[in-house]
Amino acid sequence: MSNKEFTLTDLRRILREAAGEDESVDLDGDILDVEFEELGYESLALLEAGSRIEREFNIRLDDETLTESMTPGSLIKVINAQLAITS
Amino acid sequence: MSVTAVVTGMGVASPNGLGTKEFWSATLNGKSGLGRIQSFNPAPYPARLAGEILGFEARDHLPSRLIPQTDRMTRLALVATEWALADSGVNTADMIESDMGVTTASSSGGFEFGQNELRKLWSLGSEHVSAYQSFAWFYAVNSGQISIRHRMKGPSSVIVSDQAGGLDAIAQARRQIRKGVRLVVSGAVDASICPWGWVAQLAGGRLSTSEDPSTAYLPFDHRASGHVPGEGGAILVMEPAETARERGATIYGEIAGYASTFDPQPGSNREPGLRRAMLSALANAGMRAEDVGVVFADASAIPELDRSEAEAINAVFGRGGVPVTAPKTMTGRLYSGAAPLDIAAALLCLRDGVIPPTVNVAPDTDLGLDLLGPEARAASPRSAMVLARGHGGFNSAMVVRVPE
Repeated sequence: MSNKEFTLTDLRRILREAAGEDESVDLDGDILDVEFEELGYESLALLEAGSRIEREFNIRLDDETLTESMTPGSLIKVINAQLAITS
Repeated sequence: MSVTAVVTGMGVASPNGLGTKEFWSATLNGKSGLGRIQSFNPAPYPARLAGEILGFEARDHLPSRLIPQTDRMTRLALVATEWALADSGVNTADMIESDMGVTTASSSGGFEFGQNELRKLWSLGSEHVSAYQSFAWFYAVNSGQISIRHRMKGPSSVIVSDQAGGLDAIAQARRQIRKGVRLVVSGAVDASICPWGWVAQLAGGRLSTSEDPSTAYLPFDHRASGHVPGEGGAILVMEPAETARERGATIYGEIAGYASTFDPQPGSNREPGLRRAMLSALANAGMRAEDVGVVFADASAIPELDRSEAEAINAVFGRGGVPVTAPKTMTGRLYSGAAPLDIAAALLCLRDGVIPPTVNVAPDTDLGLDLLGPEARAASPRSAMVLARGHGGFNSAMVVRVPE
């Protein structure tokens, strides 16, 4: 595997594809430390986004990873740690 | 004296008109929404006509958050609800969340969404199935999504009794209003014109295989040979008459009477239940047959069912004793969405003093009905009865009347 990296740009795109975008939120803004709930994404939206990330980046994420990653920043960190192991 | 439940708002999504105004004007002009299926290639199937809502772009009406998690029927229902609430003039933000409920009907759930996800399941694997499949194809999903979007946390449910369900849901909404709920969003929208929905409907054996939209769905006609399915329906806002008046709402009419019955076991030679439903609905409204100025028929276009419906109408109203119409000849049968759309048409008929037409049909005179022709008829009914029958023996009748 390549040393592929999961970026905020990837996350924004996948969130939009998986669950759309709340009108009152600027997803392109500084969202790294904003909680997903505040961004308008409930657990099911994160589950759907997670399964798209798994497919695209060929990794496995625990359900807990998704429910316990409260912000985009923390989720990106976990995913990149996974990518480092599998690469 | 029980609380009077009235309709103060309506939102319509019909194959012959998207929006109440568009639907009503098309319907009075006899404009049909039936045609060859466009949403998929119908060539391999024996039935190829449907009443489709063309030109509905969900993204033009709904936030992007709702698109990945909704079937077409839910998108149409959410938009119709928005229109119905705007029409009612009610400000839901001012109301207590637990004072508002949602009761819709459904006949098949979100078939198109389910079809797409099941296809992914068997062609790509379970990890490709949308997490939203967990609810997007459920019968109750329209009630749920409406409830979430408008923060309606009062008593809510879904009724599943095929085409009769549209009336059964409105009756359940009336029950909730009588128990003290201040506002109920009711009615139904169905849409399952996709290959999976289509084969399910074909299996029922009641679809017309005609290729000509003008002769494919001919209830009460000796050429009757099944129906054309359609998609859509109507959403109604219902409130207690007293609070509706207090806030100065425009009241379309009162849900005055309702009853439902179930047919006897096939082969028992006992009379079908429709007549009993009609009489019970009249009794429930405290009205006599002569108080009803028009009947919106179920109009199955299956010869023996047309005959039994005509016999029931004649038994209650006398042969030719009441004008009968079937505007669904312009939309196809909308399953759970059909009766709420008929209720909407009936209320508009009471408001405007004009009975909408029945198109394409050359009535079988043996049936003895005063069936509307292709032209609307001026009349000033004070009350209308809507009939709906569901596959498997469901019969429902509802009486609406002008507000006092």
